[in-house]
Amino acid sequence: MTESKQAPISAAGNSLKMLQAMVGIGIICALMIVLTFQGTAPIIKVKKAEALEKAIFKVLPGIDKTQTFQLGPNDSFAALEGEGQEGKVAYAGYSPNGELVGVAVEASGQGYADIIRILYGYDPEKQQVVGFYVLESKETPGLGDKIEKDAAFLANFSGLEVSLADDQSTLKNKPVTVKHGTKENPWEIDAITGATISSRAIGDIMGASTEHWAPLIHKNKEAFGLKANENTQK
Amino acid sequence: MSNPIQDKGNTGFWGSLKDSPSTDEFIKGLWRDNPVFVQVLGMCPTLAVSNTAINALAMGLATAFVLLMSNILVSSLRNFIPKQVRIASYILIIATFVTMTDYIIQAISIDLHKALGAFISLIVVNCLILSRAEAFASKNTIGKSVLDALGMGIGFTFALFCLGAVRELLGNGSLFGVPFFPDNFQEWIVMILPAGGFFTLAIWLIIFNATKAKKATT
Amino acid sequence: MLNRTLNISTSPHIVKGLGTDDIMQNVVWALLPVAIFAVYSFGISALMVLVATTAACVLTEHFLCRFSKKESTISDWSAAITGLLLGLTLPPNFPVWMAFVGGVIAIALGKFIFGGLGYNVFNPALVGRAVLQAAFPVAITTWYPAFLEGRFSAVSSSTFTVPFMEPTVDAITGATPLSAFKFDQVITPASDLALGLITGSTGETCALLILLGGIYLAARKMMNWRIPVAILATVYVLSGILHLIDTQAYPPPLFMLFSGGLMLGAVFMATDMVASPITPLGVVIYGFIIGLLVVVIRIWGGLPEGVMYAILLANAISPHIDNWIQPRVYGTSKTAKAS
Repeated sequence: MTESKQAPISAAGNSLKMLQAMVGIGIICALMIVLTFQGTAPIIKVKKAEALEKAIFKVLPGIDKTQTFQLGPNDSFAALEGEGQEGKVAYAGYSPNGELVGVAVEASGQGYADIIRILYGYDPEKQQVVGFYVLESKETPGLGDKIEKDAAFLANFSGLEVSLADDQSTLKNKPVTVKHGTKENPWEIDAITGATISSRAIGDIMGASTEHWAPLIHKNKEAFGLKANENTQK
Repeated sequence: MSNPIQDKGNTGFWGSLKDSPSTDEFIKGLWRDNPVFVQVLGMCPTLAVSNTAINALAMGLATAFVLLMSNILVSSLRNFIPKQVRIASYILIIATFVTMTDYIIQAISIDLHKALGAFISLIVVNCLILSRAEAFASKNTIGKSVLDALGMGIGFTFALFCLGAVRELLGNGSLFGVPFFPDNFQEWIVMILPAGGFFTLAIWLIIFNATKAKKATT
Repeated sequence: MLNRTLNISTSPHIVKGLGTDDIMQNVVWALLPVAIFAVYSFGISALMVLVATTAACVLTEHFLCRFSKKESTISDWSAAITGLLLGLTLPPNFPVWMAFVGGVIAIALGKFIFGGLGYNVFNPALVGRAVLQAAFPVAITTWYPAFLEGRFSAVSSSTFTVPFMEPTVDAITGATPLSAFKFDQVITPASDLALGLITGSTGETCALLILLGGIYLAARKMMNWRIPVAILATVYVLSGILHLIDTQAYPPPLFMLFSGGLMLGAVFMATDMVASPITPLGVVIYGFIIGLLVVVIRIWGGLPEGVMYAILLANAISPHIDNWIQPRVYGTSKTAKAS
């Protein structure tokens, strides 16, 4: 039994005791949290970077180094160490002999259940999307989450056409999801049967994101190659 | 927390203290007072994250860890905490360990952390932990509280695993991510959806109560 | 005189000695033409599904009765009707093993767990279908076209799937009028819908036969005619209003009325005596809620069809409906509520 139950003391003494107890416990707890945070923060950072790196390697086939770029003012890219500002970062990937394979870009949009976050690789030379990976989704297991692993669906993204129009600042054809089995053009994404809504969401995310990024990356494709060479030689 | 549950915990505890050796504090959480199958406590994580065996196990272990640590701290501070602020103190202590668990799980595996999602933070409001702090740890020595937490924690983990294994087997055709059936196995998608959690829990409760009733009659 | 169970209902209390099995037998007669047409239009695949669900329901009922040491209640026909109804709501090419699972669930989870006939909160057949829809969403939305050649000599490739295995995908699949509308904005003519010249669940295609069955039951006073009339009227009026607002975006009311499982649901499922309200006004409110939900789910929902969920939701609130509109006890004041 707690002591306070057996020996009622004066109100002032009681409040003091309560204060002491709460402050004491608060300090102990704060200490423990800070210690755990200090201990785990570097590991978590490394793990997160590793997860992102793994995703970049997945969407840009045949690369062995990556370099982060940040989109600066007046639409130019600059190499970046560490984490960049969200929504303004692109990751360039290079083949073993230092050539630019493509640029990986993050995109997100509303899915059937929640926001879907994806990463895709864009090859400015071929003007194609060359790889696709779902970073985060809460789509229905067994139906919508097929966008992550359905082989036929993922095949859409190894060579999805994102050609620029003649003015170099818009797309000739925006990528779009079509009904399963009716894909005719290289910029169309063949939907998964039974997961039409999730497939369409991916098409919409792709369309909106490539429309913004493809002209930017294409315009700056020299910047990606050059800076990377300097960096790797360092 | 409703009163009948609390009373049950009390009588169970007082009865066992009189009649049985302290090993009983450990055993009771496993079967007789199993937190999920008998006390039906902590339903939120039980139903929400038992969709695969690995998630269930991770959730069970995380809860068991928080339960163990908070029981130790509450028990060792039991003469120091005034009774007017005891609930606030318990919540503070539990929240601390939950936050620590959150960081630790993130450091172990980002994917696991993603799968468990908000439910790690929600361990704070798991009434199992608060009820053990209030009904047991605050009135018993550290040794007994450790035994109690271990028993309850393992009982909780065991129950979650029972649910997770069934749901993953039927809903995904695998166990611990390893395929268990031939390739063209038809998954019962309902089992990994929230509804499947209710079905599976109901079936386990039927089995549990049926065995108990049989034991009582013989 | 009180050695028999009291019948709790609104007046009149003196009724003809009509037993459960009399009513149930007549429901079977009313369902028979629908079932025969299903087999005629979809072939032996549909017959297999119907046999599987009916057998599963009857066997489960029998087994559970023995398990709980009660007298077997399969002779009152209710389990057979549940099975038949469940089978009529499934696609004709549905794997037999899944249909069997659905039958077991319908009786065990939809009826027996609540205490058997007379105590079920939901229509058991729809409970079975709802679980199947959640468990096997792909199989239950893969449709087999009607009037195929050779439908009486061969079954669909998915019918005899090995239990617990994924069905093989049929070479020929069709789209139901509702999914054709939802995903491709194609409207099937109402005459095809009424005569059943369409793809769909085994028993939902021929609206006219279902209506005939309903009229037979209503004429023999074995079904509350207000329920289907309220549902169909609500759907017709609501979709009519929407169609008047925008003829492009919303389908014509006749299409809404005759497509999908609305007829089958309104006539044979929503009228479940146990799961629907007992007062005349309550029944109309109940029908209105079902009709409203059907229109909302079909037009704004993610699924093409919503009759099943509409009826299940209305089942859930039907005791409350009776509570809200409790008739005033004769002689009490108008303001004080009789309790």
